[in-house]
Amino acid sequence: MTTPVLEARGLSRAFGHVRALDDVDFEVYPGEVTALIGDNGAGKSTLVKALSGNLAVDTGVIKFEGNPLQLTNPMQASALGIETVHQDLALAPHLDPVQNMYLGREVMKKGIGGAFGFMNVAEMRTESRRAFDELGATVRSLTSPVGSMSGGQRQAIAIARAVHWANKVVFLDEPTAALGVRQTKNVLETIRRVRDKGIAVVFISHSMPHVMEVSDRIQVLRLGHRAAAIDTKTTNMEELVGLMTGASTRGVA
Amino acid sequence: MTDDVRDADLKKAEFGQTDAAGPETTSINMAQSKETALTRLLKAQAFQILIVLIVIVAIFSALAPDTFAQLSNLRLVVQNASILAVLGVGMTFIIITSGIDLSIGSVLVFSGVVSAIVMRAMGGDDWGTATVGIIVSILSGLAWGIFNGLLISKAKVPPLIVTLGSLGMALGLSQIITGGVDIRDVPSVLTNSIGYGNIFGGIPIISVVALVIVIIGAIVLHKTKFGLYTYAVGSSEEAARRVGVKVDRHLIKVYALSGALAGLAGILSLSQFSTTAIAGQSQTNLNVIAAVVIGGTSLFGGYGTIFGTVVGLFIPAVLQNGFVITGVQPFWQQVAVGAVLIAAVYVDQVRRASAARGASTSLWRHFARRNNK
Repeated sequence: MTTPVLEARGLSRAFGHVRALDDVDFEVYPGEVTALIGDNGAGKSTLVKALSGNLAVDTGVIKFEGNPLQLTNPMQASALGIETVHQDLALAPHLDPVQNMYLGREVMKKGIGGAFGFMNVAEMRTESRRAFDELGATVRSLTSPVGSMSGGQRQAIAIARAVHWANKVVFLDEPTAALGVRQTKNVLETIRRVRDKGIAVVFISHSMPHVMEVSDRIQVLRLGHRAAAIDTKTTNMEELVGLMTGASTRGVA
Repeated sequence: MTDDVRDADLKKAEFGQTDAAGPETTSINMAQSKETALTRLLKAQAFQILIVLIVIVAIFSALAPDTFAQLSNLRLVVQNASILAVLGVGMTFIIITSGIDLSIGSVLVFSGVVSAIVMRAMGGDDWGTATVGIIVSILSGLAWGIFNGLLISKAKVPPLIVTLGSLGMALGLSQIITGGVDIRDVPSVLTNSIGYGNIFGGIPIISVVALVIVIIGAIVLHKTKFGLYTYAVGSSEEAARRVGVKVDRHLIKVYALSGALAGLAGILSLSQFSTTAIAGQSQTNLNVIAAVVIGGTSLFGGYGTIFGTVVGLFIPAVLQNGFVITGVQPFWQQVAVGAVLIAAVYVDQVRRASAARGASTSLWRHFARRNNK
């Protein structure tokens, strides 16, 4: 079996008396969509924060491509090729898609122009368009502010940005939660395309049909620990709901 | 037809969409061709306010062709607006970050006072002394700007309060240093050149200085990473921080920039008026803020242009000049500027509201739709 690109062993994190993560194991493989599901308060967000460098853990080991490492900030995760699309997307509404795509990672002009802070706008625009086209993202305009676009378009831009910079792992925190039918279909299609590029996708969702449709592997969290890690083909929605609520159990693979 | 379908159809009709899959699936290339540089220009509030300015100029020119519409009068208006233009550049950056700087008038005075004292102590009337004076003035302003920026970004005190505090502190310290008496010893090399000297056959040097600052400011704001980060911080501090923009450091830089420009304005004012004019800048901050806002920069951050600020400066300046020339009581200028200011913020509100709905941000269309109802 291949080495997981990102792996967690025995992660624990307590907030006061609440054990948000309780000895959690987790692994994602390249070129696969791993769904992370669980009821509210199961520890999904905490786990993602820990794995994307947004939160320190009390105990446990995080391994990147088999090597243990300390993730202390999101920039470190970015440098490794790990990106997160948060539920609030974190786009600057007044900036256009290209500016959002490259914010904090601008391509500067070569030579003296770059030294004075001038950016290579043409290259950033070309690359952004390529990135949007590659994902089939329908972006209305590359020069309009993101804030004037629909939720689906903003979601597409946020995902395209994450994928553009991530070459290893992308975390998507409920990317379909606020979307209509067609936009949801676009996002699921986008997830498949990202996976086909060989990137590991972690898909957090409350929607069991979406999870069944798009994921290769499902990890179920319950009360801060992993209730199950299963192959999507071997399960069904009833079992998943049972695992999330604790009504049924299954050996951790 | 079920109720749901009918509702959907009604909605479609309401939003003027013939096809539900319209905007969502429009390809990039199609959208690009629709959005020419011209339509963007027409949409910009700075352009709309420029039309207002042109109308005002046209009215006064028609009323007083022999006095108002003269090159010498234009020159006077430009000269009077120069110091405010220097301050306006810094203020535009600050308001785009959704901040405010009330202290610029006092910092201007403080920088002028410190600079005048240093130059008086040196005693010379040559460019060596003047150069030291210029540097001292800019550094004094810079120090106040860094002070403001540190308190705002690191101590998290709201900009309104920090700069209200430094407004009082800078003015009070100026009065303490001078004992409340204006210093009138300004090297004549400064007053003869920057003060009321001309170059290129009649263009005031002070206006050339202001123009250079405006052009550099516009390039930095619209073309460089520094400018992009200024918009990003004002648009969404959280979004900027998440992608690794050093928000605190950027805010300090922006307030430092505004302070340094207030310092530069201090030496310009000293040269123009040959006095520290301690009591003369109490309205400066509000005049500059009004100009920036009239020029279309949003007080909520994330949006604005230097060009708009320059146009926004000339509306009060032209009104004042025009009223004096046409014999209207100049007090009407304040009334008119107040009205323009409120109108400008109303326009900004309308645009933000329609942007939030994802609708067109064109003002013309907004008013057209109103009239059709």
